[in-house]
Amino acid sequence: MTFETAVFYLFSAILLASAAMVVTIRNPVKSVLFLVLAFVSAACLWILLHAEFLAIVLVLVYVGAVMVLFLFVVMMIDVNLAVLRQGFTEYLPVGAVVAVLMVVEIALVVGPRQFAPMQVIAAMAPAAHPHVSNTRALGLLLYTTYVYPFEIAAAILLVAIIAAIALTMRRRPDTKYQDPARQVEVRARDRVRLVKMPSEPKT
Amino acid sequence: MHIRPVLPEIIVFTMACVILLADLFWKRRFKGLMYAATQGTLAAAAVAAYAARNETPRVILHGMMAADYLSVILQIAIFAMTAIVLAYSRTYMTERGVFRSEYFALALTGVAGMCVMVSAAHFLSLYLGLELMSLSLYALIAMQRDSVPATEAAMKYFILGALSSGLLLYGLSMLYGATGSLEIGKVAAALAALPRQDLVATLGLVFVLSGLAFKLGVVPFHMWVPDVYEGAPTGVTLYVSAAPKIAAFALFLRLLVEGLHGLSGAWQEMLVLLSFLSMAIGNVVAIAQVNIKRMLAYSAIAHMGFLLLGLLSARVSGYADALFYALVYALMTLGAFGVIILLSRKGFEAERLDDLRGLYNRSPWYAWVMLLFMFSMAGIPPTIGFYAKLAVIQAAVSAGFYGLAVAAVLFSVIGAFYYLRAVKLMFFDAPVDAMPLRPGRDLRWVLSLNGLAMVLATPWVGALIGICRAAVRGFP
Repeated sequence: MTFETAVFYLFSAILLASAAMVVTIRNPVKSVLFLVLAFVSAACLWILLHAEFLAIVLVLVYVGAVMVLFLFVVMMIDVNLAVLRQGFTEYLPVGAVVAVLMVVEIALVVGPRQFAPMQVIAAMAPAAHPHVSNTRALGLLLYTTYVYPFEIAAAILLVAIIAAIALTMRRRPDTKYQDPARQVEVRARDRVRLVKMPSEPKT
Repeated sequence: MHIRPVLPEIIVFTMACVILLADLFWKRRFKGLMYAATQGTLAAAAVAAYAARNETPRVILHGMMAADYLSVILQIAIFAMTAIVLAYSRTYMTERGVFRSEYFALALTGVAGMCVMVSAAHFLSLYLGLELMSLSLYALIAMQRDSVPATEAAMKYFILGALSSGLLLYGLSMLYGATGSLEIGKVAAALAALPRQDLVATLGLVFVLSGLAFKLGVVPFHMWVPDVYEGAPTGVTLYVSAAPKIAAFALFLRLLVEGLHGLSGAWQEMLVLLSFLSMAIGNVVAIAQVNIKRMLAYSAIAHMGFLLLGLLSARVSGYADALFYALVYALMTLGAFGVIILLSRKGFEAERLDDLRGLYNRSPWYAWVMLLFMFSMAGIPPTIGFYAKLAVIQAAVSAGFYGLAVAAVLFSVIGAFYYLRAVKLMFFDAPVDAMPLRPGRDLRWVLSLNGLAMVLATPWVGALIGICRAAVRGFP
């Protein structure tokens, strides 16, 4: 076993263990933190494959931005896990049996013997080119060969934004909001009315 | 030029953005401008697609997109269906306060997604197109925020849709593992070189087919169909029921026929099962429904079973018949839901079969129009639905599936019961609700034309099937 293989197994083990913790742990905040750990280990695996750009993007975007947002949301909303977990132990045996059966069946069908004939592997993994930086290679591919799916992916993100806004932006009658235009337009005499009152004699 | 076949997608998506922005400034000043702009966009995109009809079939954009006659035909059909949907739902959605620019924008982005799907030549573009369409559909269904059934329907559709996308992706990754390519043409070539029953590719096929079957809504992947049809606002049900089915059917042609023709023996067997179950469960369960939207949902499931009859013949003529069936079905379902919209009014949703009672007394013309739709769905001559059914059953017979063809005839007889029951309710029962119908101008004209097309198009059935044949000519 070379050093690289050992490192690969180490990070894979951390990744799998933390992924398992994400779904089993009771505290949602801890669950998010384990997800961060899973992403970082995945980034380490990318680095082992010499895909530095992807590794850094994974850490920057997912760990740095998305997961922090997740953490905020989880802390702000009151997630009652007891309700979500109702029936977990009840369905666990059945679910586990089905899952194990499916894993065994799939492993039988697509075990290492059947999978990926040699010529396919050779076709998929071209010889590594030492002088090409992988950031540059990715950029070239994204904006030439894959420009069509890249644009569609951007369109999907735009649709997600439109959908989110269309579903949440609405004027409910009971919400209180400020209208800056009306605030600016307000005049003193609309707000304060001076009323003349006759002075009353002291009793 | 490489850009010409992509022009319809570009027009549709750009205009979706323009409409969203223009709405900010001109909403109050020009009423109905956004509606007109959307219809204009669809017309312009159809013209752009039609202009590219004579180009030689080829794969463009680095193997991402197929520019062929099939995508031209399907894109034009999708634009036409969506234009009809918008015309039908105009009054209905306005009365419910959701006929806003977001509705148009999401409808257009959904159309762009469908266009990408029908012209996909690469697993990536195919999947992304599917997601673009699905995301727009989920949002459209949930648009009516205060309606609990609509939110529930959107949630169910979203979760099950995500699951089925997962199945599809898993299958595609298996195919990639077996063939080493994501390009549909290259996958087909690599499959031809593999030994006859490659296990990995077959496993991939099973997952791909499950994902596709979900999108089309055939048994046993049909659970979402009745709930979504019932829960969504009728105007959106209309949208979900027509054009996306055509797009899902196109995925079958692109993936199974173009990509996995080497495994046709395997997928024929699976399709036989799916088709039989869909026809059986769809037609039998529809009898028990009292909600007309649910009834039409089960009828949709049954129709998708008939559609698969044409595909499973694995012959070019069978694909043409299935394509014809898909187009005819989309027109029929649009009409039937159009009549439901006609019966609804502000504050009242026509949902129960009882709402059809006595339609003849209230408005003889629309009762006749609905009769045409029902006859066409049941497959009674001389409506166009009869020719469509005849064509797919002939395709099954010519491929040697005699038992399945007999079953199809029997199930269509069972199905005729609930279509005729609707006719009986309209013509021979007294109306429960005597409110006069006040359809908008768009709905009145388009619905009448749609109904007349059911019979008046029959002299040209041969020509229409000829167009469908030309669309699938190059297929293996």
